[in-house]
Amino acid sequence: MAFDVIVNALKTKFADLATSEFRDNRRIVVKPAQLFDVLTSLKTEHGFDMLFEMTAADYLKYPNATDRFGVVYGLLSTASGERVYVKTWLNEPELTLPSAFPLWKGADWLEREVYDMYGIIFDGHPDLRRILMPEAFTSFPLRKDYPLRGRGERHNFPVITRAES
Amino acid sequence: MPLEALQTLPQGPEQDYLWTLNFGPQHPATHTTLRLILTLDGETVIKAVPDIGFLHSGFEKLGEDLDFNQYVTIVDRMNYISPIMNEIAWHHVVEKLMGIELTKRCKYIRTILSELARISDHLLCTGAQALDLGAFTAFLYGFNQREVIYDIYETISGQRFHPSYTRVGGLLYDVTDEFVRKVRTFVKEFPKTHADMCRLLNRNRIFLERTQGIGVLSKEMAIDLSCTGPIARASGVVRDLRKDEPYLAFPELQGAFKVVCSTDGDSYSRYQVRMEEMLESLKIIDAAIENLPAGPVNVDVNSKAVFPDQTSVYRSIESMIQHFELVMPNRQWTPPVDEVYGAIESPAGELGFYIVSDGTGVAYRARTRPPSFIHFAVFPYLIEGHQLSDVVSVLGSLNIIAAELDR
Amino acid sequence: MALAIPDVMLARLDPLANWVRANSLWPMPFATACCGIELMATGASKHDIARFGAEVMRFSPRQCDLMIVAGRVVMKMLPVLQRIWLQMPEPKWCISMGACASSGGVFDTYAVVQGVDRFIPVDMYVPGCPPRPEQLIQSIIDLQAKIKQTGTLQGTEFGKRTEHMGPLPLHLN
Repeated sequence: MAFDVIVNALKTKFADLATSEFRDNRRIVVKPAQLFDVLTSLKTEHGFDMLFEMTAADYLKYPNATDRFGVVYGLLSTASGERVYVKTWLNEPELTLPSAFPLWKGADWLEREVYDMYGIIFDGHPDLRRILMPEAFTSFPLRKDYPLRGRGERHNFPVITRAES
Repeated sequence: MPLEALQTLPQGPEQDYLWTLNFGPQHPATHTTLRLILTLDGETVIKAVPDIGFLHSGFEKLGEDLDFNQYVTIVDRMNYISPIMNEIAWHHVVEKLMGIELTKRCKYIRTILSELARISDHLLCTGAQALDLGAFTAFLYGFNQREVIYDIYETISGQRFHPSYTRVGGLLYDVTDEFVRKVRTFVKEFPKTHADMCRLLNRNRIFLERTQGIGVLSKEMAIDLSCTGPIARASGVVRDLRKDEPYLAFPELQGAFKVVCSTDGDSYSRYQVRMEEMLESLKIIDAAIENLPAGPVNVDVNSKAVFPDQTSVYRSIESMIQHFELVMPNRQWTPPVDEVYGAIESPAGELGFYIVSDGTGVAYRARTRPPSFIHFAVFPYLIEGHQLSDVVSVLGSLNIIAAELDR
Repeated sequence: MALAIPDVMLARLDPLANWVRANSLWPMPFATACCGIELMATGASKHDIARFGAEVMRFSPRQCDLMIVAGRVVMKMLPVLQRIWLQMPEPKWCISMGACASSGGVFDTYAVVQGVDRFIPVDMYVPGCPPRPEQLIQSIIDLQAKIKQTGTLQGTEFGKRTEHMGPLPLHLN
């Protein structure tokens, strides 16, 4: 199924979808409110049965960026081998997206990682906890306003000397 | 805390007999560092809650700090049992972003190296899987051949473990005749080791009983849980990026190999898929090394993507300026301001990178799609209902590499 | 055997104990990352660490007297490392294998501890990223020399070391 066919079919159902293309990556840009319906439609009507990639990026220092966070879903149809990318934009007060877990079980850890690294909350996720950082960690390390070398968390531990051990 | 997740289990007097076992993070069968919190009924695993992040070292944050050539030393350390695969994947995506078409010789050399990496990865994975089940000899046989592959890496780059051999638009150096000779010897000698390992394991009663029917992953679950690579192929998902989206020299080597698949989806078929893939990889190496084209390994110097060679840097002002511009952090490459996802078939599965570029020589966002991370999420579904001793069998068959899992 | 071995041999107990300790090190492989694979290569057939009496890898800290920290240690792992170090019985030694364990290496990021010697005592540093198996074997030989020189039967010299031996942690600077 060609990309244009999918986009045209989606445009009949959802208003103001935008598309963009670079190399072989073809993206559909949607509003956060439409996201879940678009993903559902792509899965059930267009056969995209695998969520092969899901990630986010912080566009704080990006040239000419208007929105803070971009979240990208990479979908793959294992039957036709076609890939499509769904992108959505988020801004600071409402960092909430619907969880894709009901559609693909593979979204479980990917969403937890995005939450851990960027602090984006996924509504309806069964178990949204930090996955890579310690539970007591307070920052979101991949945000652009967090320094590369951290804020000294890495050395906040007791020291064991020879005499004590 | 992960323990809180256990509270979602039905509570009550009839659940009192369940007990909790902490597995890892420092345990021989976890190979590296991961932790499992198992809820057991006697010896049967009722629920497994993985806890990861014990090796999270901020790779992706470093990718936003180092330029396209520098970051290759970091991605090396991601899947450290086949390091050169990560380099090839990273520069594959960077070149996709910049629209660089490699030279034919470079494509062939990268293909040979990636298949050598696949063999060394599968050798360690199957060897360690056998080791966990008590078969030490197969592991030693596998490691002997890994030493040969390390030797080949050392011939080309000077480092036996992390070669850091690829560069944007080409390679660090051209290969020598010594490399060709060593690869030919490896192609000749490897089938013997492979046959030895097969003889040790394929009909080994203990190995069979501990892997057949253990950790069955159905095709639907494999797709739903985003599995790729040998794990998906063992469950009957016929998908291999080398065939489906050919990259490097694979469009020309399509006739040289087949995609290995199985339908059972248990630990044993994952083992078998890996063993057979090694032989297919060997065929690719054989075909590629015999047809190794002559010519340059780097793209044209005028494309401003690669460093000019040393002699011309010393002797001509243009080359010196170009070298200088590629080194200075405020000049470097000027990729398009856009974002791109690209992937190659790594030994563990689809290894992809998602690069957001802001037009400088440093990636604005360098996301990795780590196959180990996605495959470890499958583990709780595989182990439920099995015995405690099957935990190591299933873990070994999933090939979890902690540095790639946590990044 | 032409060599005449007397029925009774006399020796001081300290050097004897040190000789025994030095040549039967039981490593605890705290293998986290790439160096762990080189540690496995050291144990495998080509390099064969058994030639130096250190092949008995035990994953239980209670049975070990040499901790080999192979690979980077991150924030989440450091409490585990310290706990395992405390669980090992005295006398014990520690080899910090590779650049990451010794100094953080290339990973100067928010999560990676910049050298385990900030938080546990380290006897031997092995450079390299990762070190070749030969380097690890050399460090074990060097450590054996160190054990033979400094160890006493009761391990009293450990009690005297009240000061932290490595570089100062950041928060004490």
